[in-house]
This record gives sequence, C-alpha cells and structure tokens, in this order.
Amino acid sequence: MYNFSYQKVSSVADAVEAMQKSEDGKFVAGGQTMLPTMKHRLASPSDLIDLAGVGELVGISVDGETVTIGAMTSHAAVAASSEVQAAIPALAKLAGNIGDPAVRNRGTIGGSIANNDPAADYPAAVIALGATVTTNKRDISGDEFFIGMFETALAEDEVIVSVSFPKAGTAAYMKFENPASRYAIVGVFLVKFIDGVRVGVTGATACAHRGMRLEEALNKTFTADVIDSVELPIEKMNADIHASAEYRAHLVKVMTKRAVEACA
Amino acid sequence: MAENGIGASVRRKEDNRFLTGKGNYTDDINVVGQTYAYFVRSPYAHAILNSIDTSAASASDGVVAVLTGDDLAEDGIAPLICGVNVTSDDGEPHRAPLHPALAQGKVNYVGDHVAVVIAESLAQAKDAAEKVSIDYEVLPAVASTATAAEENQQQIHDIAPNNMCYNWPFGDKAAVDAVFETAHKISTLDLINNRMVTNPMEPRAAAGEYNSGTEEITLHVTTQNPHVHRLILSAFNQLAPEHKLRVVGPDVGGGFGVKIFVYAEELVVGWACRKLNRPVKWTSDRTEAFLADAHGRDHVATAEMALDDQGKFLAMRVNTTANLGAYLSTFSTMVPSYLYAFLLAGQYTTPLIYSEVKAVFTNTAPVDAARGAGRPEATYLLERLVDVCAEDMGLDPAEIRRRNFIPVDAFPYQTPVVQCYDSGDYPAALEKALQLADYDGFTGRAEEAKSRGMLRGIGLSSYVEACGIAPSAAVGQLGAGVGLWESAQVRFNPTGNVQVFTGTHSHGQGHETTFAQLVTEQLGVPIENIEVIHGDTAKTQFGMGTYGSRSLAVGGVAIAKACEKLIEKGKKIAAHALEAAEGDIEFVDGDFTVAGTDKAMNIAEVAFNAYVPHSYPEGLEPGFDENAFFDPLNFSFPAGTHVCEVEVDPETGEVEIVKYSAVDDFGKLINPMIVEGQVHGGIVHGVGQALLEGCQYDDDGQLITASYMDYAMPRADNVPSFDVDYAPTNPPHNPLGVKGCGEAGAIGAPPAVINAISNALGVKHIDMPATPEAVWRAAQSAA
Repeated sequence: MYNFSYQKVSSVADAVEAMQKSEDGKFVAGGQTMLPTMKHRLASPSDLIDLAGVGELVGISVDGETVTIGAMTSHAAVAASSEVQAAIPALAKLAGNIGDPAVRNRGTIGGSIANNDPAADYPAAVIALGATVTTNKRDISGDEFFIGMFETALAEDEVIVSVSFPKAGTAAYMKFENPASRYAIVGVFLVKFIDGVRVGVTGATACAHRGMRLEEALNKTFTADVIDSVELPIEKMNADIHASAEYRAHLVKVMTKRAVEACA
Repeated sequence: MAENGIGASVRRKEDNRFLTGKGNYTDDINVVGQTYAYFVRSPYAHAILNSIDTSAASASDGVVAVLTGDDLAEDGIAPLICGVNVTSDDGEPHRAPLHPALAQGKVNYVGDHVAVVIAESLAQAKDAAEKVSIDYEVLPAVASTATAAEENQQQIHDIAPNNMCYNWPFGDKAAVDAVFETAHKISTLDLINNRMVTNPMEPRAAAGEYNSGTEEITLHVTTQNPHVHRLILSAFNQLAPEHKLRVVGPDVGGGFGVKIFVYAEELVVGWACRKLNRPVKWTSDRTEAFLADAHGRDHVATAEMALDDQGKFLAMRVNTTANLGAYLSTFSTMVPSYLYAFLLAGQYTTPLIYSEVKAVFTNTAPVDAARGAGRPEATYLLERLVDVCAEDMGLDPAEIRRRNFIPVDAFPYQTPVVQCYDSGDYPAALEKALQLADYDGFTGRAEEAKSRGMLRGIGLSSYVEACGIAPSAAVGQLGAGVGLWESAQVRFNPTGNVQVFTGTHSHGQGHETTFAQLVTEQLGVPIENIEVIHGDTAKTQFGMGTYGSRSLAVGGVAIAKACEKLIEKGKKIAAHALEAAEGDIEFVDGDFTVAGTDKAMNIAEVAFNAYVPHSYPEGLEPGFDENAFFDPLNFSFPAGTHVCEVEVDPETGEVEIVKYSAVDDFGKLINPMIVEGQVHGGIVHGVGQALLEGCQYDDDGQLITASYMDYAMPRADNVPSFDVDYAPTNPPHNPLGVKGCGEAGAIGAPPAVINAISNALGVKHIDMPATPEAVWRAAQSAA
C-alpha cells in the first residue's frame, strides 16, 4: 500500500469538498474492492475520503411503492431488513449472498454500484427493478447508470446518496457463482411487473445490462421454455478461465429460466 | 487401557492455545532491532538478467541492504539442493541445474528470486523494491507439461537437453508388451493430473537472528522438519556449521508437504541476518505463496491395462510426463518416480507392470511433494483405469475390483513394483464401504434424481498407499541422501511429570495429544502431566520430521521404545527400593509391584529415586531419561475403499457430492477423533483437486490462478457430511500396529469423485478439475 491521506467526513457536502480539493482522491464506501486493490499496490489514490461517518447516507425507508436504501447501508443490513424482505424479498436475498460475512458487513450498496464490477450482484437488481440512483446532484435512472466495465454515469465528485427501488410484483435473482471468488459468473435478476418483465443480467458482459431479448420473449409468453429459442450474442459475453462466452450465454438462459420458474 | 490412552478420543491438548489465540507462529516472533525482507521477483517466466542496478533502492528510506545473487556467491552460500537421486535411462544421474537462492544471470519462472531488500519496515522494503532496476532479456517460455520435451522447444537449462530431468523406465517392458500382444482386451486411458497450489493457511515465513557473541544463527522457520532444514542449510548451503545454527519450527499452521523443503527465502534470511548483524524477518504474502511455494502433481499420462476374458488384470503399461518446474525442489525427483511408480499395483494382483516416467523442466514454480506425493497420482491413474476396464468388460466397478484384489491370505504381498505390502483385507473394506454407501440402493436413487432432471452417479476408489516412510536402507538404495528413521526422548522430571521430545513435527496433526496418549498408556502417567516437545533443534535430538504420514508409525514407535527402556530401568530401581528381585517386579498402569504382594511403587516415585539416588542400585546410572531411535522395517500400507455419490445438474454442469463413504485400514487407532479429522481433511483436499483446484499458467508462463479470486479452494459447502468407518488389519512389522492416516483421503478421493461423475454422465473420462463448464460440455457430448 502506498501512502495516502485519510479523511473521514460527516456530511455529503464535506465529502464533495474534500474530493474537489484532493489531487487524486477516492471515496471509500466500505472499501471491499478499493482496499485490497491498494494493498496490492494496484491503486494509489492521494486521498481516501471515507463516507462511513456520513449518517445521512445510512438507512432503509419504505414510502408507498418505493424502497429507498441509503448508499452507505451495508449488504448485511439490507439482507436483514424486514422491510426489504417484505417489499422485495429477492433484493434482500441478493444482498445476503454477496461475498462473505466480512464483505457483507463492510460493503455497501453505494460502493457496489459505484464500483460497477462486471460480476457484482446489485447492478442486476438496479437494472431489473428500474431503480433510481439519487446523487448529490441529480437522479439517474438505473438503465443509464452502468456504462462499461467499472464505469458509471457518476462524475468524479458525485456522491451516491441513495438508491430507490420500486416494489416489485414478483422478482427473483438467480446467481451462478464462480467457484473461487463466489462472484457471479452469471446473475439474472428478473422482475414481473404488471406492465411487463424486466431482466437485469450481471457477470455475462462488460457490465450489467438489461436482457432485452429475454424480456421480449417473456413479454410474449411468460414461460421458461420460451427462453430456449432466444438467441444471445455470444460475441459480447465475457470469457475467462472459469467460463467461456458460449457457456456464459448458456448460463444466462438457464438462470433466466430458473428465475421465471421462481416467479411463476 | 489407560483413561486417556490408546483408543480414546481425547480432546486435543494443543487446542487450548490455538483456540485462544496463544499459538506462537514464525510471524509472531518479533525482536528488538528487527528488519524486514522483501524479495524482488521476476515478472517474467524466462529471461536473461543483463544487469541489476540497486543504487536507487539502496538509497531509499529505511533500507539496510539490497542483496543479489552476486553477494550470495561472494559469501560462499551454495545453491539449493535436491536430496534424492534418480538415475536416468542413459545411466546418468538426473539433471540438476544450479538453483541459486538469488538468481545468478538468469530467471526461470515468474516469482523467481532476483534480489532481496532489507529495510527497517516492510513498507520501506516494498517501496525500495520498486526502485531496483533490472534489465531483463526476455526469452520464450516453456509452460506446458505435455510439450516441454518436444524437439525445437526453447531450452531452459544447458545441463538439461530437451528440458529433460530424467527418463525413468521401470519394469520388464518386453514381458509387458508380450502380454499386451495376446490379451483378450486392452483398456486405455489418457489423463491429466492437475497441478495444485497447496495453500496451507499459514504462509511460509522465516525470522533469522545472529548472535555475534556466540556466532550462532537462530532461524525460526515454517518447517515440517527443523533438523532436516538445519542439516541441509549447514552441510549443503554452507550457511553455518550445524552446532552454530539453531532451527526452530514453532507453531506451524499447516504443511501438507509444502513446508518440508528448504526454500530460497529461508536461506537468504539466515544468511542476511549474519551479514547485516540485524534480525531479519520475511513473511510470504498469499500472492508470493501462489508464485513461489512448491506446487504439487502436474502429470500427463497414458495408462493401458491388458485383461483376460474374466476381467483379470494381466499387465499394465503407463507412460507419464511429470512437470518438475523450473528447478529441482528438495525432494522433487522422488515424487513422480519412487513414490509414484511403486504404487501402480494398487490393491490388485496385476503381475506385470511397466512404467516410464519422463520428468521435465518448465518455466513454472518448482513442483515437489504435496499431501500424498506421487501416490495420489498413481491412485488416480489406476482407479480411473480400473473403471474404464470395468466398462470395457461390461462388469460392475465393484466386481472387477473383487476379481483382481490381492487375497487376504497373500500378505505380506510382494508387488511387481518393489513394494511388499504389510497387511490388508481389501475385500472387507470394499464390502463395508458398499454397505455404508448403500451401493445396492443406488439405482433407485438415480431414478429418483432423474425424475428431477438430475444425473446421479456413483464411483469407487480402492486405494493403497505407502507411508510411514521409511526403512533407511531401502531409501538409501533408491538414492535418498538421508535415512528415514525417527527419534524420541522421554524424560521424567524429578517431580514425576514427563517431557517427550520427538524428532517429528506437529503442524496441525495433533501430535501433542496422540503422543501423550501413547505415553500415558505405556507409563500410566496422567495425560495432563505429559508434555510433547518438538520443533527446536536446540531442544530435541536429531530427527527427520513429519511428512509421508510417518509421525506415528515411525516417531510413535521411537517414543514407545524409549518408554520401554524407562520401564526396564524402573524395574531395577523399584526392585532395589522394594527389596525384591528385579525379575519379580511387574509394571502395570504406572505402578511397579512385587508380584504376588501388595508392595508397590509408582513410577513418579521411581523417577524421584533416580534423581535423588540416596538409596539406589549399585552401578546403575542416576536419572530417568531415555532416548530411542526407530528405523522401520517396511513402509506402512494404509488402504481402503471410498465411495462417492454425486448429482450432476446437466443444465449447468454443477456437481454436488451428495454422499461420501470412506472405509479405511489404518491399523490401530490411537485417537479416533483425530484420525477422523485427518480423514475428513484428506477427503476435502481430494475433492478440491477433483472439482475445484486447477493451477494454470498461460503460454508465457504467467500464473493466471495467483489468488483466491481465480484459484478455488474447497469450502465447507462443497462437501457433504462424511460417513467414515474402518476395516483395520494388523501390520506385523509395526510394533504399535499402526499405519498412517494423514494422506489417505487426498489419495482416495480424487478417483472416487471422478468415477462418480463419469458414471453420472455416462462418459469414459473427464479431467480434473471437473469444473461446471467442463462437466456441462461433457454432458452435452454425452447427451
């Protein structure tokens, strides 16, 4: 780890100010990716601006048809929340299966989506549920938030305040885990809204995306079998030692079918 | 039986300190003035070192020294050695390239040691390491086992043409070939034994301290064999004379073979602490462990069996290429040769076996012994081949094994591959395992699984292994540079408690409990009054250490022999005190009694008399402290049958082990709880190899599985609860009647798992690790 200056801030405004003053600062929102990267000397930010002390970023609230989760709410808190369990059980289940207990107790929803790891779980839910990401500057639609591998719509000094999820009719998250890292080789979050189906896919491509072809098929006939005939673009799939592009494409379909069955 | 003696599942004495955080590991050792070593490692698999410029690093904050291979050579520190000779088919010894602890002119794998930076803090050492400027001339890398010895390959070492370390044929080729000519059926199988990174929980570490007053180096190091470490560092590496070098293996958090060997870092730390007259500590991080710990396995092989029309094995032919990595690690050469080919008979009467082993160099980390060492490779090959034979003959896998088992009345059994098996009842273990696994009910379970869209499979593995290593004369004939006896000292203190010094080393196996049980059983001293001491060359007599499941079968016998000497001496002391003839003294449960009387003396009183010999037998030495050495008469041959049952999800290729039954013959069990723990751990190790662990280098020799993000270790949810039972026999040559249990699971499990998967999928073979994608593809092709 290289030297850096550490700043613990207590408000979003202070966090933004600290970032603007820093040479090459990074927000820390749990640090479950950031800190290991720094330990391996693969990242050397000048400043770490720790959001852990910003009380306004923590908490879960349900208002009418919306579940709002503060950006610094831990995965463990989301998993354990009776409100989330009641409103969107698939989301609570997703949070409860991220990483290991240490990661779930330190890692946060804001940190996860801001990092936008291609195999992270939350992005699939943000996309499928059509969530809204609220920052200190604006609201960003879940569909427009994830841009590319580790790339989001966030500006350098933009802080995620909360993520708002519409209560889902029925939803399911099916994850095929990497046996080593237990990240998603493929994860499919499927939501059956009254007016149609939305599918968020993670792990398969450079970053989480909407499974438009899957949605199209399921909006015609909501059965698992209909997925068999969907053609997925293998050339866009990730390939690594754990799963080839062809296998990933196949797994997207299998996980989708299982999500359909779970929602039936 | 004493209350906590042989056969009692005594809770582990050492767990009190381990579970309360009071263990003392090498990295826990901190001394005043300590410095930190950090190694500059090659980022290239194969390169010429044109120059190393250490000036900027030396000027970096907190740096005490930056040392290179030139400094090492200047100080007369000799290269690392390989301690076992294997003669190649050209009559020459195996090719042993120079293996300097810091590279001299060339690097040969990613992670190879180029320089060491020693600084006041680890962070300063790491900062300075980035400033060491190295001019590499990168050469093409040789990374594949199968093609390393092909013509026109890049040459790694001048001394080893075609990257060959040795070609080692064994057996009567002409006789075997002749049988194949006329056999009823020939079954063949090509397979890979996947390379593994052993990954003990505690990474390797070394902490060296030099006392300029006594000119003694004290080296704390993660070792399974402190005396062997000292011997090699002293006699071969010229670090210091044996009496001026103290090697301590304090608490060690898992070894599995990887901590047997003498590594570059340990030698460099020992050398640097004297050169700089400052304590030096190095602790491997996990990435370094992946890069530079000795790896295990890595074979590519072809196996063939000739059968008669009844499915009897007539002859076996095996062709193996074994990857030894870039250099020869300490015992590397013996692993794919003596520890492999000599186990190819397995549990069967196959009369003729021919094996040819080609050991090759590659630009990868050195490969050496890892839990089982050679025996898992042999067992996997044989037990997979047996299943192929069964399929080819239309026989049930259990039936073909029955037809070929060495019969119970044939023991001791001389195999065609050197080993003479001590004792065994292979049919008994098989039948018991089949019962435990409800083998007969499998068809019903498979049908039920099918109704859920799942493929269920069952697989057997009937293994035998050679452990309790080893008779010194036998290994000497084979080319080992050491003897493999073991030592013990059992010392009574005047107040009647006992210190047991063993030359073995415990790094998780529970010796402090098991050995205390032996002593309480034999001497009747309460177990809480017995302390087992190991791991420090300044405390314990010379001993050979722990590997090859030898500690109980060899080291335990040495302890028992020392106890016998104490009893003999105690009889003399008691006879004198009780005014009886020595021949009338009996020793039972800790008391020396005069036969037929109520006159008795506890062994603690005898010990007191021996140290305060006011009234004492004339001519008898004072003191109650005996040592013994034991050189075994044979290896010991644990054996058993493991049955694995899996469910494969054909849609995803996921494999779930739904049931695992193991019936083993370990001879007599001293602590059944500890043995069961060893069985569980071994099976998980084997399941890891079969399903998860695949160490991979790319074509440039870059290790692409260098972290837990990519290298999958088995976890609790990868295995079911195991059903473990025993079918013991009594090994006649072992005075305690014990075999060894530390490696059996890792040997028996891989073929059981892969046989089950092959059975589920209806395919001939699938290589390890049977990852979801590999299984899915196999399921596709089988469908």
